[in-house]
Amino acid sequence: MAFFLETLLGGLMSGMLYSLVALGFVLIYKASGVFNFAQGAMVLFAALSMARFSEWIPQWLGMENLFLANLLAFVVSVAVMFVVAWLIERLVLRHLVNQEGATLLMATLGIAYFLDGVGQTIFGSDIYKIDVGMPKEPVFLLESIFQGGILINKEDFIAAFVSAMLVVALSIFFQKTSTGRALRAVADDHQAAQSIGIPLNRIWVIVWCVAGITALVAGIIWGSKLGAQFSLSTVALRALPVVILGGLTSIPGAIIGGLIIGVGEKLSEVFLGPYVGGGIEIWFAYMLALIFLLFRPQGLFGEKIIDRV
Amino acid sequence: MSGRKIGEVILDLKNITLRFGGVTALEDISFDVREHEVRAIIGPNGAGKSSMLNVINGVYRPQEGDIILRGEHHANMDSYGAAKAGLARTFQNIALFKGMSVLDNIMTGRNLKMKANLLQQAVWFGPAQREELEHREKVEEIIDFLEIQHIRKTPVGRLPYGLQKRVDLARALAMEPQILLLDEPMAGMNVEEKQDMSRFILDVNDQFGTTVVLIEHDMGVVMDISDRVVVLDYGKKIGDGTPDEVRANPDVISAYLGASH
Repeated sequence: MAFFLETLLGGLMSGMLYSLVALGFVLIYKASGVFNFAQGAMVLFAALSMARFSEWIPQWLGMENLFLANLLAFVVSVAVMFVVAWLIERLVLRHLVNQEGATLLMATLGIAYFLDGVGQTIFGSDIYKIDVGMPKEPVFLLESIFQGGILINKEDFIAAFVSAMLVVALSIFFQKTSTGRALRAVADDHQAAQSIGIPLNRIWVIVWCVAGITALVAGIIWGSKLGAQFSLSTVALRALPVVILGGLTSIPGAIIGGLIIGVGEKLSEVFLGPYVGGGIEIWFAYMLALIFLLFRPQGLFGEKIIDRV
Repeated sequence: MSGRKIGEVILDLKNITLRFGGVTALEDISFDVREHEVRAIIGPNGAGKSSMLNVINGVYRPQEGDIILRGEHHANMDSYGAAKAGLARTFQNIALFKGMSVLDNIMTGRNLKMKANLLQQAVWFGPAQREELEHREKVEEIIDFLEIQHIRKTPVGRLPYGLQKRVDLARALAMEPQILLLDEPMAGMNVEEKQDMSRFILDVNDQFGTTVVLIEHDMGVVMDISDRVVVLDYGKKIGDGTPDEVRANPDVISAYLGASH
């Protein structure tokens, strides 16, 4: 039982991270109908920016304080992601309004490669360390109930907590503020939103900024585990099945989909792995996504797309 | 009707021509709209009524002609620009935000009037909250006015058609527009709903002094509530005048009844 709980918690925690990346996909898709293949590249770009600025800033300013350096690097990286978002809207999306889905998809693929390349040109292509001072040592929970307790990785726990807070904060922002409302309006109906005086372009910049922030947080969390390196850009691909499972248009779907996949991966690896051989963790999510595509293409919470013929 | 006074020309459309490829949707159409009046655009199916409204609203840009709004040229505006210039509209096929409640839908109409910046909104307390409450008050007035208090919290997707049309009107009113464009406000309604809607349109016009431009299929209703009527057929203007004048116009009669010349 203790072992099961331990696996479950581990799954939930990694699932929270998937949710965070999936949220980036969903936000942009909802607001502009663009499936953003560059989300992974944004994670990499943000992680590189964070890693390098936290290294450069202390050198430039000649200071020692790690916390302050990280804080400054974070602020600078947020600014960098905002500039990236603004440029993408200004230089690419604005000119492709009302184009075919495939065109927009190709455009984001282009952006992805561009960001991958430019990121490494500016920030370098080594593996860089992100050290935001996350504790590495494991803790044991519920020792009084189970023998030996449940082992939890503190780093994972903090990461999951931060992701959850960000998701909650974003949900509140979308539900309660007038910009959030405008954003939901744009997601529902571009034409109507524009006719009541909601500026589409501004809303798009805002969603790309928000997606940039989720990418930055995901980048920092993964970067501090794996190092800021090129393979981070493929991390986002792990969130693709999440989006399919939860539905491209649903924010709760992204969250719950992430948790289901996180838990499913871990449980299947641990409990099915011994029977069918290991490595289930790697393909489990995609298999699940495939099944969903066959039987419920709109995902758990997505809107059923009914076209008028 | 009470003491509303029809004023100067507020919107002047001059020689509007709109083409889609080889199809001419509107051909050399001119008419004006005076302040505080109810101006109708009527015509059979495919006459170009909706295209005309979309031109006024900036959805389509006419190839030729000029739109003069309060003395300023507006032929090149988009629909965001139209909203800023004080034009609000409703949609023939209802374009409400289906996932949102009635209240939220109407609140979106206040968007242009909201001034709190993103940072203030993110903090929520303070200016953003105060502003939200202020606008909420105005929205509640509109909700009372259109008698939709009982459905304030309902997601619009669940409402019957007639009520959705009313919410669409409410959202447009929330913008406090100078000119209200209504695209077939009574399409698909039963007699009772049509009467309600006519009453609301007249009340809006009367109490707020809003100029109303409406497209309608149903001749009877239009003649009852409009001050002046433009008649379109196959993209051309075939009549313009008071309801009585239009009713007596032989071209209009033949367009509607299909009489041969």
